[in-house]
Amino acid sequence: MISRRRRYEILSERSIETLIYLCGISAIIFVFGICFFVFREGLPLVFKEDTNFSLGKFFFSTEWFPTSMANKRYGALALIVGTLTVTILAMVIAVPFALGATVFLSEFCGGKFRETLKIVIELLAAIPSIVWGFIGLTVINPLIIQVFHVPVGLNALNGAVILALMAMPIMVSIGEDALKAVPDSYREAALALGATRWQMVFRVLLPAAKNGLLAAVLLGVGRAVGETMGVLMATGHAVNIPFFRDDGSFNWGWMFESVRTLTATIAAELGETSQGSDHYRVLFLIGVLLLSITFVINLTADLVVKGIRKQK
Amino acid sequence: MNERDNSITTRDLCLWYGKFQALINVTINIRHGLITSLIGPSGCGKTTLLRCFNRINERYGYVTTTGEIKLLNKNIYDPDVSLIELRKSVGMVFQRPNPLPISVYENVVFGLRIHSDRKPARSELDDAVEKALTEVGLWNDLRDRLDTKATNLQLEQQQKLCIARLLPLKPEIILMDEPCSALDVEATRAIEELMLSLKGRYSIVIVTHNMAQARRASDECIFMLLGEIIEHARTADLFLNPKNPKTAEYIEGRYG
Repeated sequence: MISRRRRYEILSERSIETLIYLCGISAIIFVFGICFFVFREGLPLVFKEDTNFSLGKFFFSTEWFPTSMANKRYGALALIVGTLTVTILAMVIAVPFALGATVFLSEFCGGKFRETLKIVIELLAAIPSIVWGFIGLTVINPLIIQVFHVPVGLNALNGAVILALMAMPIMVSIGEDALKAVPDSYREAALALGATRWQMVFRVLLPAAKNGLLAAVLLGVGRAVGETMGVLMATGHAVNIPFFRDDGSFNWGWMFESVRTLTATIAAELGETSQGSDHYRVLFLIGVLLLSITFVINLTADLVVKGIRKQK
Repeated sequence: MNERDNSITTRDLCLWYGKFQALINVTINIRHGLITSLIGPSGCGKTTLLRCFNRINERYGYVTTTGEIKLLNKNIYDPDVSLIELRKSVGMVFQRPNPLPISVYENVVFGLRIHSDRKPARSELDDAVEKALTEVGLWNDLRDRLDTKATNLQLEQQQKLCIARLLPLKPEIILMDEPCSALDVEATRAIEELMLSLKGRYSIVIVTHNMAQARRASDECIFMLLGEIIEHARTADLFLNPKNPKTAEYIEGRYG
């Protein structure tokens, strides 16, 4: 005889299901909420009349004088270039290291050493960005001055080194997953044909895992673009396109120029603005720009990873 | 029997996975140019033994081996033996076809590429591909599709390709670890025919679960049980007049 479920059992089951459902979709709600909020604060400026702001100037002018009394100017080009410079330089530094670390972790070391190394790399990810900022100020700054004989150590290179260190852990852990996902049978096939381990890595594993590795790099880029506190303290915070000298010639020492990033600008200036002012809104517009950049990067990384799954 | 007739000889070969002993005093002589099958119930150590012959067991750090394995009268555990050269002369075919995720062409020339000091000439590679694929009977099917990704082929073609990619390296010995267990009946027959056509030029050692296959396709049989060699004889003798009662029980299907 099958006994009937009691009424409150059915009810409690339902309510738990609803609760879990809400938890599940809360992430979506929050993301949409944040997007809505940032857009709501930033966008009105685009459509506002009688203002010095124009989208053309925002993207193509380097004149960032949002607090000028006589003539406020909102040109974010130098900030965009600053973010790109620091991010790309950071990736140039980080990718080879991260790739090496990934290959070493997944193919060349084993047992306890690997586990220890993984924990340490994850610890690297747990260091607060403000602490990285300290390191930029007090360790890397004098180091750059000494090694390269430049007057200022707070510059694009300093920020890039910090970002590289911050973005490495995520790149290593995603990259290691990508290498782990390569079937062991490929390794055995290559080894049984007499390949050395290096040949196996270069000719078989890296090509087979290239999508996953690319996704790892993209996520690292996303991390680097959005990073604020560390670069705020390390890059010198000067609105400046580092590639040109005053006379217009190319500046070969560009990586020793101080720059300022989009994120650092928001962090440094938002507290000083009055709510609803043009300056306030333009900072939110920068937020919209950042959000779009990281959204595109993450989406690309996601599609790349999906691409791997389909292949299998 | 002449020493030179043996392609693989082992003496008192023991192997441990950690503390578990998987091979116990294995002493065998595998003869040159024949197909020898290793049979026995699951877990008897036949695959382990096969994987000793190209030392690919050593990938796992917890494996210890003692005793002696001689391939073509050279002890492969001598310190001066190059693993790379060893594996070049001992090809291996795996249970699941495992072509590399690159083109058919690149799969066949993979060995040549990794083993030549200079960059091999294109014509040299082309010749090797045609020769190897012809030998395994894939040339006519694949000659126009050499750029196809090898992992997109049918399983049977993949397994043939896995055999074909060994041939440009001119191996002495080909090890096969249940090469047909992932294949259907037709494909199994094709692989067996291929083995018979390769026999003589290469010594082939095949691990199989399929006793009918051992009987059809091999010249000699080695029956293993719990890490030990129980009986090694000509296939016909082993199946018709097994000397050891355990062999008799196994081939009659009482266990395994």
